[in-house]
Amino acid sequence: MALYSEKVMDHFTNPRNVGIIEDADGVGEVGNAKCGDIMKIYLKIKDGIIEDVKFKTFGCGSAIASSSMATELIKGKPLSQALELTNKAVAEALDGLPAHKMHCSVLAEEAIRAAIKDYYDKNGIAYDKAQFPDPHDEEEEHFDRD
Amino acid sequence: MKTVYVDNAATTAMSDTAIEAMLPYLKEVYGNPSSLHTVGQVAKEALDSAREKIAKCLNCEPREVYFTSGGSESDNQCICSAAINGARKGKKHIISTAFEHHAVLHTLKKLEKEGFEVTYLDVHSNGLVTAKEVEKAIRPDTALVTIMYANNEVGTIQPIREIGAVCRKAGVVFHTDAVQAVGHIPVAVQADNIDMLSISAHKFHGPKGVGALYCRRGIPLNTFIEGGAQERGRRAGTENIGGIVAMAAALQEACEHMSENIEKEKALRDKLIEGLLKIPYSRLNGDLKQRLPNNVNISFEGTEGESLLLHLDAKGICASSGSACTTASLEPSHVLLSLGLPHEIAHGSLRLTLSEENTEEQIDYIIKEVPEVVKTVRGISSFWDDLESGKIKHFIKK
Repeated sequence: MALYSEKVMDHFTNPRNVGIIEDADGVGEVGNAKCGDIMKIYLKIKDGIIEDVKFKTFGCGSAIASSSMATELIKGKPLSQALELTNKAVAEALDGLPAHKMHCSVLAEEAIRAAIKDYYDKNGIAYDKAQFPDPHDEEEEHFDRD
Repeated sequence: MKTVYVDNAATTAMSDTAIEAMLPYLKEVYGNPSSLHTVGQVAKEALDSAREKIAKCLNCEPREVYFTSGGSESDNQCICSAAINGARKGKKHIISTAFEHHAVLHTLKKLEKEGFEVTYLDVHSNGLVTAKEVEKAIRPDTALVTIMYANNEVGTIQPIREIGAVCRKAGVVFHTDAVQAVGHIPVAVQADNIDMLSISAHKFHGPKGVGALYCRRGIPLNTFIEGGAQERGRRAGTENIGGIVAMAAALQEACEHMSENIEKEKALRDKLIEGLLKIPYSRLNGDLKQRLPNNVNISFEGTEGESLLLHLDAKGICASSGSACTTASLEPSHVLLSLGLPHEIAHGSLRLTLSEENTEEQIDYIIKEVPEVVKTVRGISSFWDDLESGKIKHFIKK
């Protein structure tokens, strides 16, 4: 299907890091079923490094591919680097997403941030609140069907 | 890998009959029907003959058939025309349903902005309205009732004849978008008490970009595309002769084989529904009995439609979904929402629309592959995890 790049289709068909980490150090869940996208990311963290990451996603092809790519991009990386991951970087690593699917890469970025914030909160680690802005209002993303 | 095309509500493949009927008008018979000379008059004869064929299929007079560019244009012209003519008599109320095609809904939205009031009837959980509900909604200032013959997503067939009778009695113009019905189930405009009707050729194995409208004699029809005097002054523009001839040939063929096609499609449809409903937490959307012979629409809880479609496409199965992600919107299908389905269920729906060309082997293949795909999509779904763990309650029964 020409809707997506080969990379998106690869990550959709053979998603990396699918699953649940039972004893995760941080868990982030974003999106909602109403909008048709829920992304949940589990992190295993040791000495500030993301040792393992797993995800489960309810959503479209680009949501699954974005989750898969985002987990690949942060696996084995220090938290500071994971926090720098932008939705644009996820989309670029996938060789681009259609314009109306960019929100999927935004969800991936937000899910990782939410998981790291959860880790900080659980472990009483101080952080700059400005680093974790509230995810923007979902309603703003809605636009009319063709 | 063979393609299993089960998206015939989106469009159908052109039939050999339609293609063969069209070809001479792309090459030898290139005349303009408005020309006086022989080359033009041959085209004019073809146009007249096509109109006669279509009139015969719809059970009306040829002069009541107007050619257009398709279903959307027909809907626009019928609705706006009836609205304008109603407004002239001080009638600015329209009755419709919540799950019409966007060609109707968006036209009504436009009219609302221009001061018309529209009542959108509830289609209930089964996707049906009743004539009684239409009757109750009719007011002294009602200019038009526009209700689709059969729904494009869930395939429910409305009680058109009864609705038409109610409108006729009240003296209200009745239009029906019959794009999914004509050529598939018996439609007879006189017996069905229809004043205006829209059809589209590519839904019954004709070409894209051509359609027609029926406007009963005595019902005024305003012109929307201004220009020459084609279509008795109601629709300007040199006629798409090849398309029109092919549409007539396709419709004639569809009507000639209708009973056998219905029988065949129904058998395939029912087998498919039975097979797919074996998947846990699945439900059929739309009434089972008052349903197009070719429509299957099923929701699989915990799945998202686009993911289902992509996996099915990889297996050669071409289907469609009510998921938001198949369009440039985050909102799932307005049709499924109008049946009262929650958003998350509407997102996880699959529409399979058959044609008489589909085979039992293809149905077996779909029944074999869909459960695998649903399992894969659920396996990766955090929403499914929450349903399984009981964190979120199932909407659909197992």
